Amino acid sequence: MKKTVLFGTLTIAGLTAAAASAATLDDVKARGHLNCGVTTGLTGFAAPDANGVWEGFDVDVCRAVAAAIFGDKNAVEFVPTTGETRFTALSSGEIDLLARNTTWTFSRDTELKFDFVGVNYYDGQGFIVPKALGVTSAKDLDGATVCIQTGTTTELNLADYFRANNITYQPVPIQTNAEGQQQYLAGACDTYTTDASGLAATRATFENPEDHVLLPEIISKEPLGPLVRHGDNEWGDIAMWTLNALIAAEELGITSANIGEMSAAPTNNPEVNRLLGTEGELGAMIGLSNDWAKNAIMAGGNYGEIFERNIGENTPIGLARGLNAQWTDGGLLYSPPFR
Amino acid sequence: MSSMTDSPPRESFRLSQLIYDTRYRSLTIQVVTLLLVCAGVYWLINNLLVNLTAKDLEPSFSFLQSRAGYDIGTTLIPYTNADTHLRAAYVGILNTLLVAALGIVLATIIGVLAGVARLSKNWIVSRLMAVYVEGFRNVPLLLWILLIYAVFSESTPQPRDFRPGPDGTAASSMIWDSFAVTNRGFYMPAPVWGPSSEILGIVFLASILAAFLYRRYAKKLLYDTGRLLPMVWPIFAILIVPVVLAFFVMGRPVTLDYPVLKGFNFGGGIQISNPLMALWLALSLYTGAFITEIVRAGILSVSKGQSEAAAALGVRPNRAMSLVILPQAMRVIIPPLTSQYLNLTKNSSLAIAVGYPDVKATLGGITLNQTGRALECMLLMGLFYLALSLVISFVMNIINNSMKLQER
Amino acid sequence: MSDTHAQTVAFVREGMLDQQPPPTREAGTVKWVRENLFPTWLNAILTIVSLYVIWVVVSTFVMWAFSPTWNATSLSECRQMLEELGRSTETACWGVIRDRWEQLLFGFYPSDLYWRPTVALIVLLAGLGPVLFGTFPRWFMGFSLASPFLIFLLLWGGPIWLPLTVALGFGLGVVAFRVFSRVNQIVAVLVAIVIPLLYWLLLAWPLASELARVMPIGLEPVQSKQFGGFMLSIVIGVTAIVLSLPLGILLALGRASNLFIVTKLSVVFIEIIRGVPLIVWLFTASLLLNYFLPPGTNFDLTLRVIIMVTLFSAAYIAEVVRGGLSAVPKGQYEGANSLGLSYWQSMQLIVLPQALKISIPGIVNTFIGLFKDTTLVLFIGLLDPLGLINSIRASTDWNGIYWELYVFVALLFFVACFSMGRYSLHLEKKLQREHR
Repeated sequence: MKKTVLFGTLTIAGLTAAAASAATLDDVKARGHLNCGVTTGLTGFAAPDANGVWEGFDVDVCRAVAAAIFGDKNAVEFVPTTGETRFTALSSGEIDLLARNTTWTFSRDTELKFDFVGVNYYDGQGFIVPKALGVTSAKDLDGATVCIQTGTTTELNLADYFRANNITYQPVPIQTNAEGQQQYLAGACDTYTTDASGLAATRATFENPEDHVLLPEIISKEPLGPLVRHGDNEWGDIAMWTLNALIAAEELGITSANIGEMSAAPTNNPEVNRLLGTEGELGAMIGLSNDWAKNAIMAGGNYGEIFERNIGENTPIGLARGLNAQWTDGGLLYSPPFR
Repeated sequence: MSSMTDSPPRESFRLSQLIYDTRYRSLTIQVVTLLLVCAGVYWLINNLLVNLTAKDLEPSFSFLQSRAGYDIGTTLIPYTNADTHLRAAYVGILNTLLVAALGIVLATIIGVLAGVARLSKNWIVSRLMAVYVEGFRNVPLLLWILLIYAVFSESTPQPRDFRPGPDGTAASSMIWDSFAVTNRGFYMPAPVWGPSSEILGIVFLASILAAFLYRRYAKKLLYDTGRLLPMVWPIFAILIVPVVLAFFVMGRPVTLDYPVLKGFNFGGGIQISNPLMALWLALSLYTGAFITEIVRAGILSVSKGQSEAAAALGVRPNRAMSLVILPQAMRVIIPPLTSQYLNLTKNSSLAIAVGYPDVKATLGGITLNQTGRALECMLLMGLFYLALSLVISFVMNIINNSMKLQER
Repeated sequence: MSDTHAQTVAFVREGMLDQQPPPTREAGTVKWVRENLFPTWLNAILTIVSLYVIWVVVSTFVMWAFSPTWNATSLSECRQMLEELGRSTETACWGVIRDRWEQLLFGFYPSDLYWRPTVALIVLLAGLGPVLFGTFPRWFMGFSLASPFLIFLLLWGGPIWLPLTVALGFGLGVVAFRVFSRVNQIVAVLVAIVIPLLYWLLLAWPLASELARVMPIGLEPVQSKQFGGFMLSIVIGVTAIVLSLPLGILLALGRASNLFIVTKLSVVFIEIIRGVPLIVWLFTASLLLNYFLPPGTNFDLTLRVIIMVTLFSAAYIAEVVRGGLSAVPKGQYEGANSLGLSYWQSMQLIVLPQALKISIPGIVNTFIGLFKDTTLVLFIGLLDPLGLINSIRASTDWNGIYWELYVFVALLFFVACFSMGRYSLHLEKKLQREHR
């Protein structure tokens, strides 16, 4: 870690972020908090409340990682990033972890030199149309005006899909989801396309949600997950296993309600014991305290609880678990064993 | 630089002369500055190279040749998502030039009209113009772009409102069956150039020449004999009549392609997309507000004696404005006008706020995003804007020189 | 005389007639209306069109804005309130402003510390007093010089020793200059530059941290990540303008000097910066600036933006100051030369004081432009007022709200920029008077 004295001078005022170096965990611990990249605002996934406290599905992943390291879910600073700045922010070391509903793709993993640590939401690109339009399939959209969010994989998927089906469209690129929502409602585009979760969330906030339908086609795979810089595997492991701990906790029936009881003394299930640190030394293996997973789960509950609180069926967003159910319930969530 | 008048005594050169002797000092300062700047630039570039090697990124422009893979809404040249990034950048450049050119024209018109209206004796009109100027000048352009875009998409009808409903009447209808204002854009008929339509063009060019000659003749007559020939109507007639005659004689070679509602949208005709409209209008109104003040200051800078003298000679107020006051005001107006044109051109990069595909949105937006080549894209974009600014400054300098007071 | 008249003219009025009131169409409101609103047909049409426009705009706005929704806590609650009142749900929902106005002003600054940016703003205005109004006691200049450090301390917090030790560097420079100028002017200038630099690079930081360890006096530190909303716009705008002033003046002097290389270098710098849009520079700050710094250094994004905007405004300030320099009458330069003053002496004592005074309105206008342009930082993910609007619209409570927030932000910008614009106009008029 090389720093000139001048830059050191500025650090005391909190003006500089720590330098990117090989040992991210050491940097984070020295700094006392985690820098986590989130969106500048996406309903259900990340948005500040009136007191400036960030909340949302992605935000809770950040908090869980912070809690795993520090035992404090508030030891995290959120850095809002745009579609254009997010990767630079991560690779330059401005943030340690990017949880900004980012699609796991080959080139991002390899060419851009990042490591995706898992998937926290399985998504796919869909379309929303007004019922009055009488469209029942995306293939009927020949000649339609389509609103798309720029700076994402969405525009490439869309171009590929229409090309493959030999139909044309007119793209209207927009900057933010809120903008897309406004344009779509005003009728400036026939359909709005983005990740299906986003569409459902958007529809939920309409004045008359029942006037709009999601088309059945899902034209892409969008595994959204947190990512870290390539090359620091210890740090990647921490992020990956924190996410897995949240998923495993749901599978093992550990909730924020019963975790105190379950972690107080060893239970009959050895995996629960290993996860919660009442047996074995899993924490030490990734350079954390032994109750790391317990802290991570206590930060916002297990995966299911986080899901239900932010985007689940009881929230205005009202997403069903779908692909994001545990493998035991027919979903894709499948945490490797804690052993 | 040297303030010495008598020749300095011959002495052997000493190093301290580089600092104390005014003859050499300026040289020393320049050399030192140059060295410092060179060192600074070297430091920056060295850092850049070290950083790029560390990140394993070779600067390379080969990505421009690879497939772009995204679509662009407004294109002036044929483009599909199978074309290269270079062509996408080119589409963006043309779009930037388009909105900048349209904006400069409209902003000038708005600015001049509002500037004259601002000085109008009509109380309401001048107040209204003051409100316009202050309102636009004191709120960020980005806000205006967003607001105007939203007003456009909220207040204009959707294309499907043009389709007759169950009761046989449509909520909106086209103007004269040829123009349609929708919240996707403004549609108007496009000319279709049939065979032998180029003759029309030749006729039109010839009538422009004729109009020019007539003007010269009228001027000559005015200077020689003092007779004032009518100007507006004859020139108008010279320009229009032959073309119209030729049009019918040739058997209507030019037809119009009318926009028709097909499927989701209007097809055919010319479409000015909504983002372009909003951006164009916002840029023109914003810059127009600044031009208004420039025009006002320019007109006020012409001394009152000039308009009084014109009045004493019996020149009517409107003619005095165009013959006496505006030409003199132009000299004050043009230099600041140039910087407003430059501002407008640079501000057109805010197109990303409304999704108009200018060069910042294609080369500096999606291409940058998909390829991750930030350094190369930024460099190309910077060079393009720099070149554009230099060209505008150059053209305006020529105009400024031709407007200069010609002292006889 | 009167006799001749009596004989030649049949009738001569003896007394004065009483003054008659002017005809109704030539007096009072009617006359004013006739002359100002309907003097010609064209004007009459314009008046009527204008009145119609005003009516449409005002009535639409009032209908929309008059809506008793101040207490709503979410958009759906708003809609419910309006439905109960039988109003269209297309009317304004002001609850969002009540809920979020503090956020729009201060961003994520800790809410119990809101007094700090507020006091900082007052210190700023007070500190600018002598520069802008010019009629303050001399001791007040000391306060002005200290105010940047005070503002820094108030905004970012931390131990008070850092601003103090940095300020000490300037003091050292001045002392060094005084001491060495008895020996030699040029040496003094060099020493006055080198000593503070060495001090800042080598001594200031250990000194400050040592002092902070021994006497931990200070304010709770706040990270610049937590800055947002209008506060962020003002911090970026003011810091950039203040920091760019020295650089801009140097560039202007460089451009106006008759040293060939210096002139060309200044021109190249100014034209490159001015030829490229701010948004490109901001993306450069966000994506590329780190590449140009030694490996391993990593600035906070806010700081990178401030650096870039400073360079940007320096080019514009340079042009304003150049205008000021050329407005100083040539006799002043010649007078200074004839007194035998050196270049720096003549600039410092004669030319710059006059040129800068002339430039102040231009500088204020540049600041207004820059302040408005700070909204562009939303494109690189900083939460300025417009960026915060996006975030607020993404929260579940306020998803779908639009105009209220934009109108509020536009209004705040208008008030700030309009008053500054008026002030610069007032300065210009004052300058014109004084020059006569």
